[in-house]
Amino acid sequence: MKPRLLAHALLCAASLVMLYPLLWMLASSFRSNADIFSSMSLIPAHPDPSAYPRGWHGLQVSFGKFFVNSLVISVLAVVGNLLSCSLAAYAVSRLRFPGRDLCFAIMLGTMMIPYQVTLIPQYILFLNLDWVNTILPLVVPKFLAVDAFFIFLLTQFFRGIPRELDEAAVMDGCTPWRIYWNIILPLSLPALGTTAVFTFIFTWDDFFGPLVYLTDVDNFTVQLGLRGFLDAGGTSDWGAMFAMAVLTLLPVLGFFLFFQRSLIQGIATTGLK
Amino acid sequence: MLRLRAGHFFLLPWFVGFFGLTLGPALASLYLSFTNYDLLEAPGWVGLANYVRILTADAKVVDSVRVTLLYVVLSVPFKLGFALAIAMVLNRGIAGLSVYRALFYLPSLLGASVAIATLWRQVFSGDGLLDRVLLVFGIHGPSFVSDPDYAIYTLVALSVWQFGSPMIIFLAGLRQIPQDMYEAASLDGAGAVTQFRRITLPLLTPVLFFNIVVQTIDAFKAFTPAFIISSGTGGPINSTLFYTLYLYQEAFGYFRMGYAAALAWLLVIAIVAVTALAFLTARRWVHYEA
Repeated sequence: MKPRLLAHALLCAASLVMLYPLLWMLASSFRSNADIFSSMSLIPAHPDPSAYPRGWHGLQVSFGKFFVNSLVISVLAVVGNLLSCSLAAYAVSRLRFPGRDLCFAIMLGTMMIPYQVTLIPQYILFLNLDWVNTILPLVVPKFLAVDAFFIFLLTQFFRGIPRELDEAAVMDGCTPWRIYWNIILPLSLPALGTTAVFTFIFTWDDFFGPLVYLTDVDNFTVQLGLRGFLDAGGTSDWGAMFAMAVLTLLPVLGFFLFFQRSLIQGIATTGLK
Repeated sequence: MLRLRAGHFFLLPWFVGFFGLTLGPALASLYLSFTNYDLLEAPGWVGLANYVRILTADAKVVDSVRVTLLYVVLSVPFKLGFALAIAMVLNRGIAGLSVYRALFYLPSLLGASVAIATLWRQVFSGDGLLDRVLLVFGIHGPSFVSDPDYAIYTLVALSVWQFGSPMIIFLAGLRQIPQDMYEAASLDGAGAVTQFRRITLPLLTPVLFFNIVVQTIDAFKAFTPAFIISSGTGGPINSTLFYTLYLYQEAFGYFRMGYAAALAWLLVIAIVAVTALAFLTARRWVHYEA
């Protein structure tokens, strides 16, 4: 009994230390700026939600605009990854054609390439297409299956679906497209869900892509908007910034609460972040 | 003549992406790395000049490599150490496992966002949260983020704080170890330390290897926290100038695209070299059969 108790004490203490900064940020978003720098407690003495409207209208563009921008980019990225990665995964896991194994090997290889190496020519390409300062550089690549990681994840899942289903469907005269759309995809909802949730979270949190491609404040995502508070000068409005920071974390937190099991399984089986 | 099959059509988006956004740009950046391209004028061939300057004549490269290596060498072992320790405590059939697992994973999930980086900047600033806590113990802390001696450690702390995802992978690995091995070992009189050294650690080496490789590559590529904490400068005095941040400054601050492309290719070579080294040494310490 005793070691159990010790373990619980240890884990509780560790999780408290881990979560303390997060909870403190939440508490501080309901504090005045003077209190933020003087109080360590997790319960604001004089709860004051005024930082929220202040942050919402704190930059020249309303934070609501940033939320809409982030949402549009993230949803399109999810649709793109679901379609393009599942198409590629279906081809390499269920169809036979010359060069299939080579293609799969290349997909695995591209997972290791750091984005810095393609960054500059991609930027020049998008600049020449006149796509800089639009959402296209952030969205179009997702429709071209550049996130090889999700191809890999879906391939692993598709391989577990019994082949007899495909064979029976071929007997009944189904085309590969019908098999993909009416058999494989409906049977793969867990893997598609994991892909969707992780794509959403990664895109929502992405800072580098928007930093490089979005220059006009009207097009900013929430991550760029948050940085706007820091750049405003020496006297940052920490309360307003924390309030908006809390809001930007809410969608991710929501996904986490609803899809916790599949997220954790996704990491345990594939090593995803 | 290659006969096209249905599979090729399903791969069409990937083909376009691979050639248009991966292979093509990778080759283009290799070419640009031998030029002085600056977005304004056509690229002029300069041979190895960029590489020579990076390797011999750029003090900021020296700073950024030092900062990056320090970050990798400190953050990866501490992060994996915490991850393994907590995973082992959690693996002892403790009640509320899923709650603890979720709590410990939360920072990993949120940590990549700007929100957390800004929080970190406040926590480690002068009069920030950490200084307040230290004051309770009578310690007058410095402003960690603006002190060149400490700034990098705030970034290491941020990385270690996100030990949740390797922890989940360790936990999955620990569950694969058959319980009867431990029972047999205790019957033979093996203590907890011996069991860890002789059973847990050897059987966990594939997972440990995976975590080391993934976390090391991730650490080399880290960008956002340094950018937010230093307002994009890599300061104070280059003390948070990650290699990736320097590359970004050269490319999008000064538009020295050729030079930045050379920096990018050296990063790839470094990452490939480190990964290859890991795989070479793996033969000596990673056990693949249970």
